Amino acid sequence: MKAGNISYRIVKDKIFKYFIIVAAISSALPLLFILYYIVSNGISAISWGFFFELPKPPGEIGGGISNALIGTIILIVTSSAIAIPPAVLLGIYLSESRNSMVSNLVRNAVEVMQGIPSIVVGILVYAWVVEPSGSFSTLSGAIALAIMMLPIISKSTEETLRMIPHYILEASLALGVPYYKTILRVILPSGLSGILTGIIISISRIAGETAPLLFTAFGNPFINWDITEPSNSLPLLIFNYAGSPYKEWHALAWGASIVLIAIVLLLNIISKIISKKWEVKF
Amino acid sequence: MKHILLIIIVSFFVFSCGHKSEHPESEEKTQQEEIEIIGAGATFPYPLYSKMFSSYHGLTEVKINYQAIGSGGGIRQMLSKTVDFGATDAFMNAEELAKADNSIVHIPTCLGAVVISYNLPGKPNLKLSPEIIADIFLGKITKWTNKKIRGLNPDVDFPNQRIIVVHRSDGSGTSFIFSDYLSKVSSEWKQSVGRGKSLNWPVGLGGKGNQGVAGQIQQLPGSIGYFELIYASSNDMPVASILNKSGNFISPGIESVSFAANVVLPADTRVSVTDTDAPEGYPLSSFTWLILYKDLKTNVKSRRKAEELVNMIWWMIHRGQKYAEPLHYAPLPNEAVMISERILRSLKYDGKVILSK
Amino acid sequence: MINKLAMNSFSGDQSFKFILLSSAAFILMLVAGIVITLYYYSSLSLSTFGLEFITGSTWDPVSGEYGILPFLIGTLLTSIIALVISFPLSLIITIFIGEYFTTGMPNTLMRGAVELLAGIPSIIYGFWGLFVLVPIVREFQILFDIAPYGVGIFTSAIVLAIMIIPYSASIGYEVIGLVPKELKEAAYSLGATRYEVIKNVTLSYSGSGITAGVLLSFGRALGETMAVTMVIGNSNLLPGSIFGPGNTMASLIANEFTEAANELYLSALFETGLILFIVTAVINILGKIIIKKFVSGTK
Repeated sequence: MKAGNISYRIVKDKIFKYFIIVAAISSALPLLFILYYIVSNGISAISWGFFFELPKPPGEIGGGISNALIGTIILIVTSSAIAIPPAVLLGIYLSESRNSMVSNLVRNAVEVMQGIPSIVVGILVYAWVVEPSGSFSTLSGAIALAIMMLPIISKSTEETLRMIPHYILEASLALGVPYYKTILRVILPSGLSGILTGIIISISRIAGETAPLLFTAFGNPFINWDITEPSNSLPLLIFNYAGSPYKEWHALAWGASIVLIAIVLLLNIISKIISKKWEVKF
Repeated sequence: MKHILLIIIVSFFVFSCGHKSEHPESEEKTQQEEIEIIGAGATFPYPLYSKMFSSYHGLTEVKINYQAIGSGGGIRQMLSKTVDFGATDAFMNAEELAKADNSIVHIPTCLGAVVISYNLPGKPNLKLSPEIIADIFLGKITKWTNKKIRGLNPDVDFPNQRIIVVHRSDGSGTSFIFSDYLSKVSSEWKQSVGRGKSLNWPVGLGGKGNQGVAGQIQQLPGSIGYFELIYASSNDMPVASILNKSGNFISPGIESVSFAANVVLPADTRVSVTDTDAPEGYPLSSFTWLILYKDLKTNVKSRRKAEELVNMIWWMIHRGQKYAEPLHYAPLPNEAVMISERILRSLKYDGKVILSK
Repeated sequence: MINKLAMNSFSGDQSFKFILLSSAAFILMLVAGIVITLYYYSSLSLSTFGLEFITGSTWDPVSGEYGILPFLIGTLLTSIIALVISFPLSLIITIFIGEYFTTGMPNTLMRGAVELLAGIPSIIYGFWGLFVLVPIVREFQILFDIAPYGVGIFTSAIVLAIMIIPYSASIGYEVIGLVPKELKEAAYSLGATRYEVIKNVTLSYSGSGITAGVLLSFGRALGETMAVTMVIGNSNLLPGSIFGPGNTMASLIANEFTEAANELYLSALFETGLILFIVTAVINILGKIIIKKFVSGTK
């Protein structure tokens, strides 16, 4: 380092510090303004009826988003049911076989899955499920979302289980407990909070996905409980209504945006609480 | 620690069971009366369909899930048999019909007008000639202060603005009607762009669906685009009168559309009524159709569903027509209703006729 | 008795290991299935157009001519401009939380804000962009006498930039956290100011990690669909300027996939998906390899 004038260097340091502070705050504030804008636009649309009513035909005042809300919940539950078992197993596999040829290949496959654009997932599931089954369906939408959840959950499972020291595994095996019981009864429970966090984060990621649902879950103006029929979801509703020329539908879309952000936020908070309270510590 | 986790897991199950407990109720309904029919296609008649289907649900409990994904989408999803019925404002051409596994029928439901709308101060009602329209959408007229435009509209005070063309980004029957018309009136258009649901547009930006184009135009000063009449009237947007074949400037409306519809319909109802000969007819009018397989077993899963579907369409072309005029669509002429009845009666499920009446 | 127990546990272990292995086989099959499906559905377009699919600038469903150059350029332009905008901002935020305020209120607030923004779904950013950003951009375009589209490549680049700031900032934060304390302490003990430490130690040390972060953010921007579709203008022509409308590969698929009624059209869209998939996969793996090297280098 060139030893320049000391006071010049100190001044430079100070200037840089204040520059970073001012710049960071001034770049974060406008971003938060986005949030404020959404909330201030949508809050007026939210009422009791908003949650329990169906959307009205275009140009008619009122209506709600109950079809999309229930559709989103069903999509989340179904896609979780599809994605969690194989994803957790995959995470266990990856954490147990750390450096074999195969496991590295699998690890790269997970990496590829995580980077796959969501719109591509949409057309794949259309080709795999929608066309062969001859119908758009909630199930096909859930499969598309499950494909997006899979890498997130398996990676977080792997990372969590890797933190559990080997001596625990060895102690259990030394006691004569079979390997599978050791994994299921000892290792998995100690990593449960980490796995749960991963699951919730993956849900919060897919809750707002629209692109994979365009050609799968398709949309539905009615409430639908049957997973072989199409259903609506919050992001789909926002997409369809935001581009419409109707003020009433814009209002519904802003309201739905608040609900969607609230869901994602809630999930993030839950995951934070879980990972803080039951941190995997050894 | 474990206890708390347990509580979370248990409550999760209770939560999901809570949903299931609501489930049987709706399941019973499904078994008894609820039937869900899925359709997709044109955005052009979407406001009317959504009104009709919502009223029909009130009458019969039959749920019709209609997704306005564009006419091109309606045809494609019919061909891949992922929907129970399709909707289009561009009747299927021979090539498309040949691709279908089974023969397909067209049933007209109403008539509509494609309007030219724009975002100009004071919302003037412009007069436009086919030549001007073609030149604007070919990118040859780029400013509102163009002589030709001012020549036809001497009273309008045009801003010195660029013209922003807005067209459809998805495959659209509305685009088909529009380009069909321009292909009839402009040889240059016919050669360089042609007619189709998806086009290689020489200028402009794309909006998704009729609603998308209308939304863009509302947002962009100086823009011009085309969409169904109702999207203009429900949003208080101005529309142009268009010079027709007989030399009259005709503004779009139920009457002028009906004049254009006054043609002899072929037995399969596939007819273009753009650039009409009728002196009072609006030149950008069109029928809009539902499309079905002649034997509904091709894509509809049960006979009961097929029956409900055909009954619903029967209702649409009869009593449902009363919803057309309030939404600025022209109801079907009697002749069209009669031909449609004949087509509906000929529909079959697994070889057996559906309508017994 | 003991034998039986051993037998039981043996078969239990066997089947458990089998299940684990089959989950691994499942994911490999899934990825293989993805590649095969995309390739299979693209084959018609691949054989019809060959390389011209990439170099062709006409996308004309009427005449059946498909070239994706406009969308390739649109995709690259939006993503690169978004990176250029977001990189300095996310670096500033990274230094703010990673160097100046590693604990305490400012840290919590800033990180909270970043996480909050990362959680907003892309469709909502698109919605916001359409109603807030587009009119603002249009005002500027009128001011500078550019065709006032409002929507366009530049607008979608801004929306993309906002969307990837939280993502790249969180990678940057992790990368900076891996810089060994000893190095920084050594620099301080030599009398370096904080600015000099950040510039000469932290940033230069974590250079490759930051590069990887940029790559990963780039991969994310490439595949983003919904927000871009809503504000890019969906014009299938070669973009005339960055302030005019354009289209990206992802939003092309979103707009036209449900309606491609003939084989070639559909195949062309699948090939677009295939290219998008390959590009993002390569960028992602590359980014992860660099990050891995960087992490193992710090140990």
